[in-house]
Amino acid sequence: MSGAALPARQDETPAVRLVSVEKTFGDYTALKDINLEVRRGEKVIICGPSGSGKSTLIRCINRLEKHDAGQIIVDGVEMNDDTRNLATIRSEVGMVFQHFNLFPHMSVLDNLALAPMRVRGLSRAEAEKTALALLERVRIPEQARKYPAQLSGGQQQRVAIARALCMKPHVLLFDEPTSALDPEMISEVLDVMEELARDGMTMICVTHEMGFARKVADTMVFMDQSRIVEMAPTEAFFDGAQSPRTQLFLDQILSH
Amino acid sequence: MPPRLKPLLPLLALLFLAGCSDSSYTWGWHVVSPFDSRGMNNLQFLMNGVYSTISVALVSITLSVMLGLIFALPALSSNRWLAIISRIYVELFRSVPMLVMILWVYYGVPLLTGLQLSVFFAGVIALALCDSAFEAEIFRAGLQSIDAGQREAADALGLNYVDKLRFIILPQAVRRVLPPLGNQFVYMLKASSLLSVIGYSELTRRANELVVVEYRPLEIYSLLMLEYLVLILLASWGVRALERRFARSDRGTARI
Repeated sequence: MSGAALPARQDETPAVRLVSVEKTFGDYTALKDINLEVRRGEKVIICGPSGSGKSTLIRCINRLEKHDAGQIIVDGVEMNDDTRNLATIRSEVGMVFQHFNLFPHMSVLDNLALAPMRVRGLSRAEAEKTALALLERVRIPEQARKYPAQLSGGQQQRVAIARALCMKPHVLLFDEPTSALDPEMISEVLDVMEELARDGMTMICVTHEMGFARKVADTMVFMDQSRIVEMAPTEAFFDGAQSPRTQLFLDQILSH
Repeated sequence: MPPRLKPLLPLLALLFLAGCSDSSYTWGWHVVSPFDSRGMNNLQFLMNGVYSTISVALVSITLSVMLGLIFALPALSSNRWLAIISRIYVELFRSVPMLVMILWVYYGVPLLTGLQLSVFFAGVIALALCDSAFEAEIFRAGLQSIDAGQREAADALGLNYVDKLRFIILPQAVRRVLPPLGNQFVYMLKASSLLSVIGYSELTRRANELVVVEYRPLEIYSLLMLEYLVLILLASWGVRALERRFARSDRGTARI
Protein backbone atom coordinates (compact mmCIF):
# COMPACT_ATOMS: atom_id res chain seq x y z
CA MET A 1 0.00 0.00 0.00
CA SER A 2 0.94 3.58 0.36
CA GLY A 3 3.63 3.01 2.97
CA ALA A 4 2.03 5.00 5.77
CA ALA A 5 4.01 5.10 8.98
CA LEU A 6 1.65 3.26 11.32
CA PRO A 7 3.14 0.14 12.89
CA ALA A 8 1.77 -3.11 11.56
CA ARG A 9 -0.72 -4.73 13.92
CA GLN A 10 -0.64 -8.34 14.94
CA ASP A 11 -3.65 -9.13 12.85
CA GLU A 12 -2.52 -8.37 9.36
CA THR A 13 -5.85 -9.01 7.66
CA PRO A 14 -6.75 -5.73 6.01
CA ALA A 15 -10.10 -4.24 7.07
CA VAL A 16 -11.05 -3.69 3.46
CA ARG A 17 -9.35 -4.86 0.30
CA LEU A 18 -10.40 -4.08 -3.26
CA VAL A 19 -8.69 -5.89 -6.11
CA SER A 20 -9.22 -4.77 -9.71
CA VAL A 21 -12.78 -3.70 -9.02
CA GLU A 22 -14.84 -2.61 -11.99
CA LYS A 23 -18.36 -1.20 -12.13
CA THR A 24 -20.45 -0.09 -15.06
CA PHE A 25 -23.89 1.47 -15.30
CA GLY A 26 -25.06 0.51 -18.76
CA ASP A 27 -22.47 1.96 -21.13
CA TYR A 28 -20.96 4.19 -18.49
CA THR A 29 -17.91 2.94 -16.63
CA ALA A 30 -18.14 4.14 -13.03
CA LEU A 31 -15.13 2.29 -11.62
CA LYS A 32 -12.10 1.11 -13.54
CA ASP A 33 -9.38 -1.11 -12.10
CA ILE A 34 -9.73 -0.01 -8.49
CA ASN A 35 -7.13 -1.41 -6.09
CA LEU A 36 -7.26 -0.29 -2.49
CA GLU A 37 -6.19 -1.76 0.81
CA VAL A 38 -7.30 -0.30 4.11
CA ARG A 39 -5.60 -1.48 7.31
CA ARG A 40 -7.43 -1.71 10.62
CA GLY A 41 -7.56 1.72 12.19
CA GLU A 42 -6.51 3.44 9.00
CA LYS A 43 -8.29 6.59 7.85
CA VAL A 44 -8.61 6.91 4.11
CA ILE A 45 -10.04 10.02 2.54
CA ILE A 46 -11.19 9.98 -1.04
CA CYS A 47 -11.53 13.16 -3.01
CA GLY A 48 -12.04 14.05 -6.62
CA PRO A 49 -14.35 15.92 -8.95
CA SER A 50 -18.02 14.96 -9.08
CA GLY A 51 -18.69 11.99 -11.29
CA SER A 52 -15.24 10.58 -10.65
CA GLY A 53 -16.66 7.44 -9.02
CA LYS A 54 -15.82 8.09 -5.38
CA SER A 55 -19.34 7.56 -4.05
CA THR A 56 -19.75 4.47 -6.20
CA LEU A 57 -16.52 3.12 -4.77
CA ILE A 58 -17.61 3.28 -1.16
CA ARG A 59 -21.13 2.14 -1.99
CA CYS A 60 -19.61 -1.01 -3.46
CA ILE A 61 -17.93 -1.80 -0.15
CA ASN A 62 -21.28 -2.60 1.53
CA ARG A 63 -22.90 -3.57 -1.73
CA LEU A 64 -25.35 -0.75 -2.12
CA GLU A 65 -23.91 -1.08 -5.60
CA LYS A 66 -22.96 -4.46 -7.00
CA HIS A 67 -19.48 -4.50 -8.56
CA ASP A 68 -19.13 -6.20 -11.92
CA ALA A 69 -15.61 -7.55 -11.69
CA GLY A 70 -12.76 -7.86 -9.24
CA GLN A 71 -12.83 -8.72 -5.57
CA ILE A 72 -14.02 -6.84 -2.51
CA ILE A 73 -12.93 -8.41 0.75
CA VAL A 74 -14.07 -7.00 4.06
CA ASP A 75 -12.50 -8.42 7.21
CA GLY A 76 -11.37 -11.43 5.25
CA VAL A 77 -14.86 -12.14 3.92
CA GLU A 78 -15.26 -11.85 0.19
CA MET A 79 -18.39 -10.19 -1.04
CA ASN A 80 -20.28 -12.17 -3.65
CA ASP A 81 -23.79 -13.39 -4.35
CA ASP A 82 -23.82 -15.51 -1.21
CA THR A 83 -26.28 -13.60 0.93
CA ARG A 84 -24.85 -14.82 4.23
CA ASN A 85 -21.62 -13.03 3.41
CA LEU A 86 -23.57 -9.93 2.55
CA ALA A 87 -25.38 -9.89 5.89
CA THR A 88 -22.09 -10.41 7.73
CA ILE A 89 -20.38 -7.63 5.85
CA ARG A 90 -23.23 -5.19 6.20
CA SER A 91 -23.43 -5.67 9.92
CA GLU A 92 -19.66 -5.00 10.22
CA VAL A 93 -19.62 -1.95 7.96
CA GLY A 94 -21.43 1.18 9.05
CA MET A 95 -22.44 3.89 6.61
CA VAL A 96 -23.20 7.58 6.93
CA PHE A 97 -25.01 9.17 3.99
CA GLN A 98 -24.94 12.62 2.50
CA HIS A 99 -28.66 13.06 3.17
CA PHE A 100 -28.64 11.34 6.59
CA ASN A 101 -31.45 8.93 5.62
CA LEU A 102 -32.83 8.77 9.14
CA PHE A 103 -36.18 7.00 9.52
CA PRO A 104 -38.66 9.88 9.80
CA HIS A 105 -41.43 7.89 11.48
CA MET A 106 -39.27 6.78 14.39
CA SER A 107 -37.86 8.65 17.34
CA VAL A 108 -34.12 9.22 17.46
CA LEU A 109 -33.82 6.47 20.05
CA ASP A 110 -35.73 3.97 17.89
CA ASN A 111 -33.64 4.93 14.86
CA LEU A 112 -30.62 3.84 16.86
CA ALA A 113 -32.10 0.81 18.60
CA LEU A 114 -33.82 -0.84 15.62
CA ALA A 115 -30.89 -2.58 13.96
CA PRO A 116 -29.18 -3.78 17.16
CA MET A 117 -32.47 -5.33 18.22
CA ARG A 118 -33.41 -6.87 14.87
CA VAL A 119 -29.98 -7.77 13.51
CA ARG A 120 -27.92 -8.36 16.64
CA GLY A 121 -30.84 -9.65 18.70
CA LEU A 122 -30.28 -7.33 21.65
CA SER A 123 -33.11 -6.66 24.09
CA ARG A 124 -34.73 -3.25 23.97
CA ALA A 125 -33.12 -2.30 27.26
CA GLU A 126 -29.63 -3.21 26.06
CA ALA A 127 -30.12 -1.51 22.71
CA GLU A 128 -31.41 1.67 24.30
CA LYS A 129 -28.55 1.74 26.76
CA THR A 130 -26.01 1.58 23.92
CA ALA A 131 -28.03 4.12 21.96
CA LEU A 132 -28.08 6.62 24.80
CA ALA A 133 -24.36 6.19 25.40
CA LEU A 134 -23.70 6.89 21.73
CA LEU A 135 -25.98 9.91 21.68
CA GLU A 136 -23.88 11.17 24.57
CA ARG A 137 -20.80 10.58 22.47
CA VAL A 138 -22.15 12.61 19.53
CA ARG A 139 -23.25 15.23 22.10
CA ILE A 140 -27.02 15.16 21.69
CA PRO A 141 -28.34 12.93 24.51
CA GLU A 142 -31.21 15.39 25.10
CA GLN A 143 -32.70 14.70 21.65
CA ALA A 144 -33.34 10.98 22.21
CA ARG A 145 -37.15 11.26 22.29
CA LYS A 146 -37.44 13.67 19.38
CA TYR A 147 -38.13 12.87 15.76
CA PRO A 148 -35.64 13.51 12.93
CA ALA A 149 -37.69 16.37 11.46
CA GLN A 150 -37.40 18.25 14.74
CA LEU A 151 -33.60 18.35 14.56
CA SER A 152 -31.19 20.57 12.63
CA GLY A 153 -29.19 19.10 9.78
CA GLY A 154 -26.05 18.89 11.89
CA GLN A 155 -27.92 17.12 14.67
CA GLN A 156 -29.51 14.71 12.19
CA GLN A 157 -26.14 13.80 10.76
CA ARG A 158 -24.77 13.19 14.25
CA VAL A 159 -27.75 10.92 14.95
CA ALA A 160 -26.93 9.11 11.70
CA ILE A 161 -23.34 8.61 12.86
CA ALA A 162 -24.57 7.29 16.21
CA ARG A 163 -26.98 4.97 14.39
CA ALA A 164 -24.12 3.51 12.38
CA LEU A 165 -22.00 3.14 15.53
CA CYS A 166 -24.79 1.26 17.34
CA MET A 167 -23.97 -1.82 15.29
CA LYS A 168 -20.38 -1.63 16.59
CA PRO A 169 -18.97 -1.76 13.06
CA HIS A 170 -15.31 -2.41 12.29
CA VAL A 171 -15.35 0.03 9.41
CA LEU A 172 -17.27 3.25 8.88
CA LEU A 173 -18.01 4.60 5.43
CA PHE A 174 -18.87 8.26 4.98
CA ASP A 175 -20.40 9.44 1.72
CA GLU A 176 -19.94 13.23 1.65
CA PRO A 177 -21.26 13.55 5.19
CA THR A 178 -21.16 17.35 5.28
CA SER A 179 -22.16 18.23 1.72
CA ALA A 180 -25.84 18.70 2.53
CA LEU A 181 -25.21 20.80 5.63
CA ASP A 182 -25.38 24.53 6.19
CA PRO A 183 -21.86 25.91 6.69
CA GLU A 184 -22.31 26.61 10.40
CA MET A 185 -23.22 22.98 11.06
CA ILE A 186 -20.31 21.40 9.25
CA SER A 187 -17.85 21.72 12.11
CA GLU A 188 -20.09 20.01 14.70
CA VAL A 189 -20.19 16.95 12.45
CA LEU A 190 -16.49 17.05 11.60
CA ASP A 191 -15.66 17.34 15.33
CA VAL A 192 -17.52 14.11 16.01
CA MET A 193 -15.76 12.41 13.11
CA GLU A 194 -12.38 13.61 14.31
CA GLU A 195 -13.06 12.13 17.70
CA LEU A 196 -13.99 8.81 16.12
CA ALA A 197 -10.75 8.90 14.18
CA ARG A 198 -8.79 9.50 17.36
CA ASP A 199 -10.49 6.51 18.97
CA GLY A 200 -9.06 4.29 16.27
CA MET A 201 -12.07 3.65 14.06
CA THR A 202 -11.29 2.47 10.55
CA MET A 203 -12.76 5.11 8.28
CA ILE A 204 -13.21 5.52 4.56
CA CYS A 205 -14.57 8.94 3.81
CA VAL A 206 -15.53 10.78 0.67
CA THR A 207 -15.29 14.50 1.35
CA HIS A 208 -14.13 17.84 0.02
CA GLU A 209 -13.23 19.12 3.49
CA MET A 210 -9.49 19.31 2.96
CA GLY A 211 -8.75 20.86 6.36
CA PHE A 212 -10.40 17.87 7.98
CA ALA A 213 -8.57 15.53 5.63
CA ARG A 214 -5.19 16.99 6.54
CA LYS A 215 -5.98 16.52 10.22
CA VAL A 216 -7.29 12.95 10.29
CA ALA A 217 -6.31 11.11 7.12
CA ASP A 218 -3.51 8.56 7.02
CA THR A 219 -3.93 8.09 3.32
CA MET A 220 -5.36 10.34 0.65
CA VAL A 221 -6.90 8.98 -2.52
CA PHE A 222 -7.61 11.15 -5.53
CA MET A 223 -10.02 9.83 -8.13
CA ASP A 224 -10.78 11.11 -11.59
CA GLN A 225 -12.68 9.59 -14.48
CA SER A 226 -13.52 6.36 -12.65
CA ARG A 227 -9.92 5.61 -11.69
CA ILE A 228 -7.69 6.11 -8.71
CA VAL A 229 -5.24 8.67 -10.05
CA GLU A 230 -3.18 9.11 -6.93
CA MET A 231 -2.87 7.46 -3.55
CA ALA A 232 -0.37 8.76 -1.02
CA PRO A 233 0.25 9.34 2.69
CA THR A 234 -1.48 12.57 3.66
CA GLU A 235 1.55 14.79 4.04
CA ALA A 236 3.13 13.69 0.81
CA PHE A 237 -0.20 14.13 -0.93
CA PHE A 238 -0.68 17.74 0.11
CA ASP A 239 2.96 18.79 -0.07
CA GLY A 240 3.71 17.50 -3.47
CA ALA A 241 1.07 15.66 -5.37
CA GLN A 242 2.72 13.91 -8.25
CA SER A 243 0.03 13.97 -10.87
CA PRO A 244 -0.72 17.30 -12.55
CA ARG A 245 -4.43 16.39 -12.49
CA THR A 246 -4.30 16.04 -8.70
CA GLN A 247 -2.36 19.26 -8.38
CA LEU A 248 -4.91 21.12 -10.47
CA PHE A 249 -7.79 19.74 -8.38
CA LEU A 250 -6.09 20.68 -5.13
CA ASP A 251 -5.27 24.17 -6.39
CA GLN A 252 -8.88 24.65 -7.37
CA ILE A 253 -10.44 23.58 -4.10
CA LEU A 254 -7.75 25.06 -1.85
CA SER A 255 -7.71 28.43 -3.61
CA HIS A 256 -10.59 29.76 -1.53
CA MET B 1 -80.55 32.31 1.22
CA PRO B 2 -77.38 31.88 3.32
CA PRO B 3 -74.43 30.66 1.26
CA ARG B 4 -74.09 27.56 3.41
CA LEU B 5 -77.29 26.22 1.94
CA LYS B 6 -76.26 26.81 -1.64
CA PRO B 7 -75.24 23.18 -2.23
CA LEU B 8 -78.79 22.17 -1.44
CA LEU B 9 -80.19 24.24 -4.30
CA PRO B 10 -80.13 21.49 -6.92
CA LEU B 11 -81.91 19.17 -4.53
CA LEU B 12 -84.61 21.74 -3.84
CA ALA B 13 -84.93 22.36 -7.54
CA LEU B 14 -85.41 18.66 -8.13
CA LEU B 15 -88.12 18.42 -5.48
CA PHE B 16 -89.79 21.46 -6.95
CA LEU B 17 -89.70 19.99 -10.42
CA ALA B 18 -91.05 16.72 -9.12
CA GLY B 19 -93.88 18.56 -7.39
CA CYS B 20 -94.98 20.61 -10.38
CA SER B 21 -94.29 18.12 -13.09
CA ASP B 22 -97.41 17.36 -15.02
CA SER B 23 -96.80 13.66 -15.12
CA SER B 24 -99.64 11.96 -13.39
CA TYR B 25 -97.38 10.13 -10.93
CA THR B 26 -98.73 10.06 -7.44
CA TRP B 27 -96.13 9.38 -4.81
CA GLY B 28 -96.73 6.53 -2.47
CA TRP B 29 -94.21 7.06 0.30
CA HIS B 30 -96.44 5.10 2.67
CA VAL B 31 -94.73 1.89 1.51
CA VAL B 32 -91.60 2.96 3.34
CA SER B 33 -93.09 5.31 5.92
CA PRO B 34 -92.19 4.76 9.57
CA PHE B 35 -95.67 6.10 10.43
CA ASP B 36 -97.44 3.31 8.63
CA SER B 37 -97.33 -0.17 10.13
CA ARG B 38 -96.71 -1.90 6.81
CA GLY B 39 -94.30 0.84 5.81
CA MET B 40 -92.44 0.32 9.06
CA ASN B 41 -92.19 -3.43 8.40
CA ASN B 42 -90.88 -2.75 4.90
CA LEU B 43 -88.40 -0.25 6.24
CA GLN B 44 -87.06 -2.73 8.73
CA PHE B 45 -86.81 -5.38 6.04
CA LEU B 46 -84.82 -3.01 3.82
CA MET B 47 -82.52 -1.72 6.49
CA ASN B 48 -81.66 -5.11 7.88
CA GLY B 49 -79.68 -5.64 4.70
CA VAL B 50 -77.11 -3.18 5.97
CA TYR B 51 -75.32 -5.82 8.06
CA SER B 52 -74.81 -8.00 5.02
CA THR B 53 -73.60 -5.07 2.95
CA ILE B 54 -71.12 -4.00 5.60
CA SER B 55 -69.85 -7.46 6.41
CA VAL B 56 -69.28 -8.47 2.79
CA ALA B 57 -67.54 -5.15 2.08
CA LEU B 58 -65.31 -5.42 5.17
CA VAL B 59 -64.27 -9.01 4.53
CA SER B 60 -63.69 -8.31 0.83
CA ILE B 61 -61.59 -5.21 1.39
CA THR B 62 -59.46 -6.96 4.00
CA LEU B 63 -58.77 -9.85 1.67
CA SER B 64 -58.26 -7.51 -1.24
CA VAL B 65 -55.74 -5.31 0.61
CA MET B 66 -53.73 -8.40 1.57
CA LEU B 67 -53.77 -9.73 -1.99
CA GLY B 68 -52.92 -6.28 -3.31
CA LEU B 69 -49.92 -5.99 -1.05
CA ILE B 70 -48.72 -9.49 -1.91
CA PHE B 71 -48.84 -8.67 -5.62
CA ALA B 72 -47.43 -5.14 -5.25
CA LEU B 73 -44.20 -6.32 -3.61
CA PRO B 74 -42.87 -8.41 -6.52
CA ALA B 75 -43.64 -5.51 -8.87
CA LEU B 76 -40.75 -3.69 -7.21
CA SER B 77 -38.44 -6.67 -7.25
CA SER B 78 -35.28 -6.50 -9.30
CA ASN B 79 -36.17 -10.02 -10.45
CA ARG B 80 -37.84 -9.52 -13.81
CA TRP B 81 -39.93 -12.68 -13.60
CA LEU B 82 -41.48 -11.72 -10.29
CA ALA B 83 -42.29 -8.29 -11.68
CA ILE B 84 -43.90 -9.88 -14.72
CA ILE B 85 -46.07 -12.19 -12.61
CA SER B 86 -47.29 -9.21 -10.65
CA ARG B 87 -47.99 -7.29 -13.86
CA ILE B 88 -50.00 -10.17 -15.34
CA TYR B 89 -52.08 -10.49 -12.17
CA VAL B 90 -52.91 -6.80 -12.18
CA GLU B 91 -53.76 -6.62 -15.87
CA LEU B 92 -55.86 -9.77 -15.71
CA PHE B 93 -58.03 -8.94 -12.74
CA ARG B 94 -58.27 -5.27 -13.59
CA SER B 95 -59.94 -6.10 -16.86
CA VAL B 96 -62.64 -8.46 -15.62
CA PRO B 97 -65.87 -6.59 -14.83
CA MET B 98 -66.96 -7.21 -11.26
CA LEU B 99 -70.38 -8.45 -12.26
CA VAL B 100 -68.84 -10.96 -14.66
CA MET B 101 -66.42 -12.13 -11.98
CA ILE B 102 -69.30 -12.61 -9.53
CA LEU B 103 -71.26 -14.71 -12.01
CA TRP B 104 -68.17 -16.68 -12.98
CA VAL B 105 -67.16 -17.48 -9.41
CA TYR B 106 -70.70 -18.31 -8.26
CA TYR B 107 -71.86 -20.36 -11.23
CA GLY B 108 -68.56 -21.39 -12.77
CA VAL B 109 -66.19 -22.34 -9.97
CA PRO B 110 -68.49 -25.05 -8.50
CA LEU B 111 -68.49 -26.80 -11.91
CA LEU B 112 -64.74 -26.61 -11.99
CA THR B 113 -64.00 -27.72 -8.45
CA GLY B 114 -67.13 -29.48 -7.29
CA LEU B 115 -67.28 -27.14 -4.30
CA GLN B 116 -70.60 -25.46 -3.69
CA LEU B 117 -69.78 -21.91 -2.61
CA SER B 118 -72.16 -19.93 -0.43
CA VAL B 119 -73.29 -16.63 -1.93
CA PHE B 120 -71.36 -14.77 0.73
CA PHE B 121 -68.15 -16.67 0.07
CA ALA B 122 -68.47 -16.50 -3.70
CA GLY B 123 -69.20 -12.78 -3.45
CA VAL B 124 -66.22 -12.08 -1.23
CA ILE B 125 -63.85 -13.97 -3.52
CA ALA B 126 -65.11 -12.19 -6.65
CA LEU B 127 -65.06 -8.71 -5.13
CA ALA B 128 -61.66 -9.23 -3.50
CA LEU B 129 -60.03 -10.57 -6.68
CA CYS B 130 -61.28 -7.70 -8.82
CA ASP B 131 -60.45 -5.03 -6.28
CA SER B 132 -57.03 -6.46 -5.39
CA ALA B 133 -55.66 -5.46 -8.81
CA PHE B 134 -56.40 -1.84 -7.92
CA GLU B 135 -55.03 -2.23 -4.40
CA ALA B 136 -51.81 -3.62 -5.88
CA GLU B 137 -51.39 -0.51 -8.01
CA ILE B 138 -52.10 1.72 -5.02
CA PHE B 139 -49.51 -0.07 -2.92
CA ARG B 140 -46.99 -0.02 -5.75
CA ALA B 141 -47.35 3.75 -5.98
CA GLY B 142 -47.01 4.08 -2.21
CA LEU B 143 -43.96 1.84 -2.00
CA GLN B 144 -42.28 3.58 -4.94
CA SER B 145 -42.84 6.95 -3.33
CA ILE B 146 -40.53 6.08 -0.42
CA ASP B 147 -37.12 7.67 -0.89
CA ALA B 148 -34.44 5.23 -2.04
CA GLY B 149 -32.28 6.47 0.85
CA GLN B 150 -34.62 4.74 3.30
CA ARG B 151 -33.97 1.34 1.73
CA GLU B 152 -30.27 2.05 1.51
CA ALA B 153 -30.09 3.01 5.17
CA ALA B 154 -31.96 -0.15 6.12
CA ASP B 155 -29.68 -2.26 3.90
CA ALA B 156 -26.55 -0.62 5.26
CA LEU B 157 -27.66 -1.47 8.80
CA GLY B 158 -28.01 -5.12 7.78
CA LEU B 159 -31.80 -5.38 8.18
CA ASN B 160 -33.26 -8.30 6.25
CA TYR B 161 -35.98 -7.93 3.62
CA VAL B 162 -38.90 -8.60 5.95
CA ASP B 163 -37.67 -6.26 8.69
CA LYS B 164 -36.93 -3.57 6.14
CA LEU B 165 -40.52 -3.78 4.90
CA ARG B 166 -42.09 -4.14 8.30
CA PHE B 167 -40.27 -1.38 10.16
CA ILE B 168 -39.10 1.05 7.51
CA ILE B 169 -40.97 0.93 4.21
CA LEU B 170 -44.54 -0.15 4.98
CA PRO B 171 -45.20 2.16 7.95
CA GLN B 172 -44.30 5.12 5.75
CA ALA B 173 -46.05 3.82 2.63
CA VAL B 174 -49.33 2.93 4.35
CA ARG B 175 -49.74 6.47 5.63
CA ARG B 176 -49.39 7.81 2.13
CA VAL B 177 -51.90 5.42 0.57
CA LEU B 178 -54.59 5.77 3.24
CA PRO B 179 -56.72 8.20 1.15
CA PRO B 180 -56.88 5.94 -1.93
CA LEU B 181 -57.43 2.90 0.33
CA GLY B 182 -60.40 4.70 1.87
CA ASN B 183 -61.63 5.39 -1.62
CA GLN B 184 -61.51 1.70 -2.47
CA PHE B 185 -63.48 0.87 0.66
CA VAL B 186 -66.25 3.25 -0.38
CA TYR B 187 -66.17 1.69 -3.82
CA MET B 188 -66.43 -1.77 -2.26
CA LEU B 189 -69.50 -0.78 -0.25
CA LYS B 190 -71.19 0.22 -3.49
CA ALA B 191 -69.91 -2.74 -5.48
CA SER B 192 -71.46 -5.11 -2.94
CA SER B 193 -74.82 -4.18 -4.49
CA LEU B 194 -73.82 -6.35 -7.47
CA LEU B 195 -74.13 -9.41 -5.24
CA SER B 196 -77.90 -8.94 -5.45
CA VAL B 197 -77.76 -10.81 -8.77
CA ILE B 198 -76.68 -14.03 -7.10
CA GLY B 199 -79.25 -13.58 -4.35
CA TYR B 200 -77.12 -12.27 -1.52
CA SER B 201 -79.58 -10.54 0.76
CA GLU B 202 -77.91 -7.15 1.12
CA LEU B 203 -79.46 -3.70 0.72
CA THR B 204 -80.05 -3.78 -3.03
CA ARG B 205 -81.36 -7.34 -3.12
CA ARG B 206 -83.91 -6.52 -0.45
CA ALA B 207 -85.00 -3.40 -2.31
CA ASN B 208 -85.48 -5.47 -5.46
CA GLU B 209 -87.54 -8.02 -3.59
CA LEU B 210 -89.72 -5.34 -2.04
CA VAL B 211 -90.29 -3.65 -5.38
CA VAL B 212 -91.71 -6.86 -6.75
CA VAL B 213 -94.22 -6.99 -3.91
CA GLU B 214 -95.11 -3.31 -3.63
CA TYR B 215 -94.77 -2.04 -7.23
CA ARG B 216 -93.21 1.15 -5.90
CA PRO B 217 -89.76 1.26 -7.55
CA LEU B 218 -89.31 5.03 -7.38
CA GLU B 219 -89.91 5.31 -3.64
CA ILE B 220 -88.03 2.17 -2.72
CA TYR B 221 -84.99 2.83 -4.89
CA SER B 222 -84.92 6.44 -3.68
CA LEU B 223 -84.74 5.16 -0.14
CA LEU B 224 -82.06 2.69 -1.23
CA MET B 225 -79.95 5.58 -2.52
CA LEU B 226 -80.39 7.34 0.79
CA GLU B 227 -79.24 4.20 2.63
CA TYR B 228 -76.03 4.06 0.57
CA LEU B 229 -75.49 7.78 1.02
CA VAL B 230 -75.68 7.53 4.81
CA LEU B 231 -73.55 4.41 4.90
CA ILE B 232 -70.82 5.93 2.74
CA LEU B 233 -70.83 9.26 4.55
CA LEU B 234 -70.22 7.32 7.74
CA ALA B 235 -67.45 5.33 6.08
CA SER B 236 -65.69 8.44 4.75
CA TRP B 237 -65.97 10.03 8.13
CA GLY B 238 -64.31 6.95 9.60
CA VAL B 239 -61.52 7.00 7.04
CA ARG B 240 -60.87 10.68 7.68
CA ALA B 241 -60.74 10.09 11.41
CA LEU B 242 -58.17 7.38 10.75
CA GLU B 243 -56.13 9.71 8.54
CA ARG B 244 -56.20 12.39 11.21
CA ARG B 245 -55.02 9.90 13.79
CA PHE B 246 -52.16 8.87 11.56
CA ALA B 247 -51.29 12.49 10.78
CA ARG B 248 -51.27 13.47 14.44
CA SER B 249 -48.98 10.64 15.36
CA ASP B 250 -47.21 10.79 12.02
CA ARG B 251 -44.08 10.48 13.98
CA GLY B 252 -44.36 8.13 16.83
CA THR B 253 -46.58 5.23 15.88
CA ALA B 254 -43.67 3.05 14.97
CA ARG B 255 -42.79 0.48 17.56
CA ILE B 256 -39.95 -1.89 17.10
